[in-house]
Amino acid sequence: MTRAIITVVGKDTVGIIAKVCTYLADNQINILDISQTIVQEYFNMMMIVDMTKCVKSFDSVASELTEIGVNTGVQVKCQLEDIFDKMHRI
Amino acid sequence: MINISEVLETNKMIEQENLDVRTITMGISLLDCADNDLQVTCNKIYDKITTLARNLVNTGEEISREFAIPIVNKRISITPISLVGGACCKIPGDYVQIAKTLDRAAKDVGVNFLGGYSAVVSKGMTRSDELLIRSIPKALACTERICSSVNVDSTKTGINMDAVKLMGEIIRETAEETKEQDSLGCAKLVVLCNAPDDNPFMAGAFHGVSEADAIINVGVSGPGVVKYALEQIPDANFEVLCETIKKTAFKITRVGQLVAQEASKRLGIPFGIIDLSLAPTPAVGDSVADILQCIGVDRAGAPGTTAALALLNDQVKKGGVMASSYVGGLSGAFIPVSEDQGMIDAVEAGALTIEKLEAMTCVCSVGLDMIAIPGDTSAATISGIIADESAIGMINQKTTAVRIIPVIGKQVGDTVEFGGLLGHAPVMPVNSFACDRFVNRGGRIPAPIHSFKN
Repeated sequence: MTRAIITVVGKDTVGIIAKVCTYLADNQINILDISQTIVQEYFNMMMIVDMTKCVKSFDSVASELTEIGVNTGVQVKCQLEDIFDKMHRI
Repeated sequence: MINISEVLETNKMIEQENLDVRTITMGISLLDCADNDLQVTCNKIYDKITTLARNLVNTGEEISREFAIPIVNKRISITPISLVGGACCKIPGDYVQIAKTLDRAAKDVGVNFLGGYSAVVSKGMTRSDELLIRSIPKALACTERICSSVNVDSTKTGINMDAVKLMGEIIRETAEETKEQDSLGCAKLVVLCNAPDDNPFMAGAFHGVSEADAIINVGVSGPGVVKYALEQIPDANFEVLCETIKKTAFKITRVGQLVAQEASKRLGIPFGIIDLSLAPTPAVGDSVADILQCIGVDRAGAPGTTAALALLNDQVKKGGVMASSYVGGLSGAFIPVSEDQGMIDAVEAGALTIEKLEAMTCVCSVGLDMIAIPGDTSAATISGIIADESAIGMINQKTTAVRIIPVIGKQVGDTVEFGGLLGHAPVMPVNSFACDRFVNRGGRIPAPIHSFKN
């Protein structure tokens, strides 16, 4: 299973989650967990996703998500989960 | 499962606190490239490097994109070239030919530095070693990406004072050969004591004879992350301070370990070591001097600086060791002057001198690093500085190094701009009393008593 973390950070606006989720559904990317918080008026969202069935390369997904972020005025990042696991779990 | 605060913490380290992986360095053995014909040797070297490292840069960039962690440098270290060119090099100019070949190979695979234009002469020099050393000024003047190092002593062998004397002269010649670029050649030349075989950092990287045919070594960094962590606990006692550094070093090193394992897997080359060093850059906030200030000294160089650096170095090692399966290289805090804005500020404020830096090298990972000195400093004085630093390394069983730049035409008070990661440096004063008689004695200083452990 290829697991990735998607983060969305930016000013809170209507439809941010909808746009990201639509993109994920269109590309057969399954959401395993989702959480969000607002810090100093900034919207912070994190999704853990499974990309096993996605036919696009990781690079394409990451750059297309970044583009969605740019169009919506927020920062969207897609990273392999390992970097967080390694840093925060022994 | 990973939670949102952990994810945000990691990304904040990367985006705001300059967390990066400083270098993926591929070590390549060139021992099988030796031939008694110079052109054949050069061809074999070029072919081996460009074959093994052809995907190094792409792979580094791919890993960087997938984990969203910057990997600043992709580099190569090679077998000390004096071991490879011995059979075919008859004059220093022959070694310069090899240097040009190495430079071409480095450019063609896209790495920004290639280290290992080196000789290990801690007890004595072979004819080949001496030819190589005498070729260094020309080689560094006519190449862009080659780094050179000479190991002049070790705890086991004592100090080769003939080599120390010669290196004083070579550093001056290198400065002269590259005087149009503020003596930049000397920024790519380091004199070492107890040099490790697996160091991924330049300019001292080479692929020692104890290593496999090819290996992936990774150097981590992260002074900005440690600084941020310490800013959150300004009044904590030493126990809390040390725990905080340890935990931060653990996190930084784990990222390095991940990148090293990925690079090793994707390139099909075994993982060697992680070098868990705090390597500063000229970027504001990415400074070891700033960490020392957070620990409690007004400026790097103030009384207390050596103790603060000692604890920092030790906690980085303690935190990092558990985070990686293999640790090696230099591992500790680097204290280059020109590459660390906090150090530059300390020199300009009059807080930091070469003598204090020398004391600091007793407790950190390397030595006198990236220090600009007046262009009229004599070769004997430079050799004296090298001998002092070598003695610290030899007696304390640690790596030490000297990378100083006598900037031709510049005096104390002038500033030198090296550019990029090499930064800029104020020219620092050197003790003006001579040491010629000491340097000119010749021979070697015997190994210390604690080297006899058999």
